Amino acid sequence: MRRSNKKTILRTIRFVMIALATIVFVFPIYWMFVTSFKTRVDMFAMPPKWVFTPTLENYMDVFLKVHYTIYGLTPTPTDFDRFLFNSVLISLSSVALSVGFGTLAAYSFSRFELKGKDTWLFFILSTRMLPPIAVLVPMFLMYRTLGLMNTHIGLILLYTMFNLSFAVWMMKGFIDEIPKELEEAAMIDGYSRIRAFIKATLPQALTGMAATAVFCLITSWNEFAFAYVTSGFESRTVPVSLARIRGESGINWGLITASEVIYLMPVIIFTFLMQRYLLRGVTFGTIKK
Amino acid sequence: MDENRLKWFLITPTVIILLFWVIYPLLWSLGLSFYNYSVMQAFAAKPTFVGIQNYLDVLSDPVTWSRFQVTARFVVLAVSVEFVIGFILALLLIEEFRGKRIIITTILIPMMAAPIAIGVFFRFVLDETFGVTTYFLSLFGLGFKWYTPTNVIPSVVLVDAWMWSPFMMLIILAGLTAVPKYLYEAADIDRASWWMKFRYITVPTIKPILAIALLFRTMDAFKLFDLIFILTDGGPGGASETISLHLYRIAFQYFYTGKGSALAYVLLVIIIVLSNIYVRFLTRRPVETFQSSETIVEV
Repeated sequence: MRRSNKKTILRTIRFVMIALATIVFVFPIYWMFVTSFKTRVDMFAMPPKWVFTPTLENYMDVFLKVHYTIYGLTPTPTDFDRFLFNSVLISLSSVALSVGFGTLAAYSFSRFELKGKDTWLFFILSTRMLPPIAVLVPMFLMYRTLGLMNTHIGLILLYTMFNLSFAVWMMKGFIDEIPKELEEAAMIDGYSRIRAFIKATLPQALTGMAATAVFCLITSWNEFAFAYVTSGFESRTVPVSLARIRGESGINWGLITASEVIYLMPVIIFTFLMQRYLLRGVTFGTIKK
Repeated sequence: MDENRLKWFLITPTVIILLFWVIYPLLWSLGLSFYNYSVMQAFAAKPTFVGIQNYLDVLSDPVTWSRFQVTARFVVLAVSVEFVIGFILALLLIEEFRGKRIIITTILIPMMAAPIAIGVFFRFVLDETFGVTTYFLSLFGLGFKWYTPTNVIPSVVLVDAWMWSPFMMLIILAGLTAVPKYLYEAADIDRASWWMKFRYITVPTIKPILAIALLFRTMDAFKLFDLIFILTDGGPGGASETISLHLYRIAFQYFYTGKGSALAYVLLVIIIVLSNIYVRFLTRRPVETFQSSETIVEV
């Protein structure tokens, strides 16, 4: 009797702690979400307003480029839709390239004996470990000389490079799990190696490719340092546009939080879709579960 | 195409991209690090060769060392705080219950979110007049100014911990669930206390995975740029200016390109040493280490 009492108490303590931890980790995101639906008066209220009448005016500011001038503020048109388009275009293109090339390389590493395979794999991984700012110095010079500054293609190639090492490692993990026999059977049926790969292995690797793609997508979507240094107005991505509030006074927080919610939404959705692969993703496919 | 050619053909695009986008610029900046050069100088002006002068300048500059100190303080504080919180979270979440997966995924959202978006928003959250943290602290009669030379690093650490403790949790949780159940059952028969089980079964078994988590976070914290850039911009008075931020200033604000390349190379060497240790841990299969540590437990 006493033993089971003690157990219940421990259980309750544990659940209270889990609940508290969840609240702590969710609260800032919740607060961002809530703030984006507040009027300018409500969002600066002290003590903070927990209950308020939601407004869509911040979102209208973001997309309709019309700023409500009730408080005598000058209209501040945003080009958020343009930056959002840039982010989508650059992320998707770089993901297609890096997952495509990465899968090919991963297949080769997984199925064939290559001379110096470990060295190659180590080299590929090490490119990802470099501090972005240290790589940025030469990259900046190279891009200036090649005329790739402030171009979409410049950022697409940069992110492809950045994601490639990850894609190779992740895909190698996934392809290692697909039985070789599938291909071998196809080859006995007279398929060539390439066609056996396309017919037998590739369909099995699609889930893995999707998971890898989502991780690459999030990396490109979130990347800031490269985009900040090499992009101008035409190729500016969302994080760079958000960073431009730095040093400004009188920040329009409604506009900022609404943009941030729009910008974070896809990441949150993808995190839930990818929950099975999160561990794999953050450890380059080396810890599988 | 015969297989021997095919296997090299398949890795060619990857290798070319990485060579052209990583190795080539790195060689370029290695060269530049021996020149007195600025991208702002006239195109006609030739960079002058100065030998290792840039390296001497960078390494003898007391500012560089104070930036390294700031970085070290940040890395040590952030990684240890994240490790402790992550470990506690993992222990809380080890047992199965309904909705566990949803809770874990929810907690992981900060890690997946863009550091820039987080940094921008935390300037709103931490604001000293209307920030929600100011309000919560005032409930306890506390006044806290985060943007002061002493408080700024702990504040950045807290934001970083909010983002990255879940990462530690995720990896430690994987380690904990991989500990074979029968070890605990055997220990129960021997009436081992929970501390004995933790000390002699759990810790030795998950050690390799802990090493991976720690090294990964150490390297990431060392490289941290965007969060600090947006949250504090190195201030006040350089109190939170990490080495990445310092390098950014040298190379992209003062445009001392030669000197910047030299400092970039110093950072590269540090990262290469760290990542070598890291990769060595990664390539050692955790399963094998688990088995070897089991034998230690049995002895």
